Amino acid sequence: MIFDPMMYLKVFLVGGLICLIGQILIITTKMTSARILVTFLLSGVFLHVIGVFEPLKEFAGSGVTIPIMGFGYSLAKGAIEGWYDYGLIGLLTGGLTATSAGIAAAVVSAFVFSLLFSSKTKK
Amino acid sequence: MDIKERDDRYNAYLTSKMPKTKAFPSLFHAFWIGGLICCLGELIKDLLLLAFPDMSLNVASTFESVIIIVLASFLTGVGIYDRIGAYAGAGSIIPISGFSNSITSPALEFKREGLIFGLCAKMFIIAGPVIVTGVVASFVAGIIYIFI
Amino acid sequence: MHKKQGKQTIVFEKSPCIIGSYSVVGPKEGKGNFAKYFNEIIDNDLYGCNSYEKAERKFLIRAINMAIASAKLENEEIDALICGDLMNQIISSSFAARHLQIPFLGVFGACSTMVESLILGACMIEGGFCEHIACATGSHFSSAEKQFRYPLELGTQRPPTSQWTVTGAGCSVIASKGSDIAITKATIGKVTDWNVSDVNNMGGVMAPAAMETLKAFFEDTHTKPSDYDLIITGDLGKLGSEVLMDLMEYNGFNLRTNYNDCGQMIFNNKQKVFQGGSGCGCIATVLNSYIIERFKKGTLNNCIAVATGALLSTLSSQQGDSIPAVAHLVLLERRKNDF
Repeated sequence: MIFDPMMYLKVFLVGGLICLIGQILIITTKMTSARILVTFLLSGVFLHVIGVFEPLKEFAGSGVTIPIMGFGYSLAKGAIEGWYDYGLIGLLTGGLTATSAGIAAAVVSAFVFSLLFSSKTKK
Repeated sequence: MDIKERDDRYNAYLTSKMPKTKAFPSLFHAFWIGGLICCLGELIKDLLLLAFPDMSLNVASTFESVIIIVLASFLTGVGIYDRIGAYAGAGSIIPISGFSNSITSPALEFKREGLIFGLCAKMFIIAGPVIVTGVVASFVAGIIYIFI
Repeated sequence: MHKKQGKQTIVFEKSPCIIGSYSVVGPKEGKGNFAKYFNEIIDNDLYGCNSYEKAERKFLIRAINMAIASAKLENEEIDALICGDLMNQIISSSFAARHLQIPFLGVFGACSTMVESLILGACMIEGGFCEHIACATGSHFSSAEKQFRYPLELGTQRPPTSQWTVTGAGCSVIASKGSDIAITKATIGKVTDWNVSDVNNMGGVMAPAAMETLKAFFEDTHTKPSDYDLIITGDLGKLGSEVLMDLMEYNGFNLRTNYNDCGQMIFNNKQKVFQGGSGCGCIATVLNSYIIERFKKGTLNNCIAVATGALLSTLSSQQGDSIPAVAHLVLLERRKNDF
């Protein structure tokens, strides 16, 4: 079902909560953004391995897939599915295949937009 | 007083002097911006499914990420994303848009050092660790999942 | 050894003096507390260049040229340029020197560079080796962010202990005679490291160095803080200057009446800079505008300037090293006789 208001509420609350946990981590541990990204990505991989991520995704949709944990989940899921479909090679290719659209989009858009714009001094 | 004792005392004193962050507002900012970006993703997905009823949920989710990534990259280029980041902190770092920002911002910054050794080489100075740990972890996760 | 007092303090008997000074700053500094003191405020911090590194260089060149002009001298009459900055291999200074064609000594003392170059310049004048020396330094927010922190467009929050690198440059021209603002004493600081490794709390890192140098100066000269009109530090920021006052109090010196910090003074409270300004340009611009101006107006007769520098590189902090710091001190006094 699309445009379900309850779904949007769940997406907002769960997505917001994940970011709130991240903010608590930043304040208490002074983590830099690269470390925050890595930590949450790994938590996505971990949650998938212990079988929690898919039920969470059923429940909150984009609330868990848009945070970088979703990226970790896709990587792990891709690797595991790759193993069942293609064996050892699948284990290697699966993760990046599943996330290739995102990475390629990020690289191409970064390339294009950095040709078009320049960084500006902060005020 | 020996040096180590002095240093420890000084560091403890510095910690006590640290300005107290107003934690509550920043938590709220992270919460609502983070939630909003996720809702935007959900909205994009629903709009795609509405416009292309034949599209599979998987493809729609992929498009959802791609659109958020491109949008964040654009906002980084025009100098808006860092302002959102200054307000929202983790609220705009943790969503996939933050990943996109972490790739576009060094590319913009090091553009002046040339296309190859500047823009292209420095693109992954922040996001590199994310991809490396992600790929390694997914491989390890795959092995664990298979053999356990 | 008769020109030395105590352990670390140099006494300049001929008292080299500051005959010309100039400060040029970027737009944000131009909206701060010292807007009316700075000689020149540039609206665009790219300053017509295509990179921030080149802009930093141009700020420096402008400050040096105009300081020399304000001393009513020509570049050819300057015997040496002593200059440093924060960039790797001090490129801003050496490239500025390439443009200026003045004999050049590059120095690195991080944010302590202004005072370091004044001390060296004063020694060369005192020794009679040079007639006129230009001492300069500068920094730029955007080039410093790029080298030491994150890309400008990265969406991240600055921690509450962080400081804001000053965009700007300052230059003093010193000579053996020609003005009543004299450099009478100087204390060369030791590198001090109290095992602080938080790169976002430079005030906390550098305050012990400032304390050691001030303490050495007061002990060497048998004076106390209240003997002076004003004591300023370079860029300790709000937190760092409170720490310094506490440390000095612990050592039996009361700094609470006539002490201030350039980093704390340069920006106003509305400018979202957390602990205040930092960088080589911080004390360089404040010293060459506000302090010199007060000397000229007669509201200041002596002033201790302590510039503190954190001597780290991104490599050393990534390898987990704590951050060493250094602080150098000069005493500026109104010279009463022979003028």
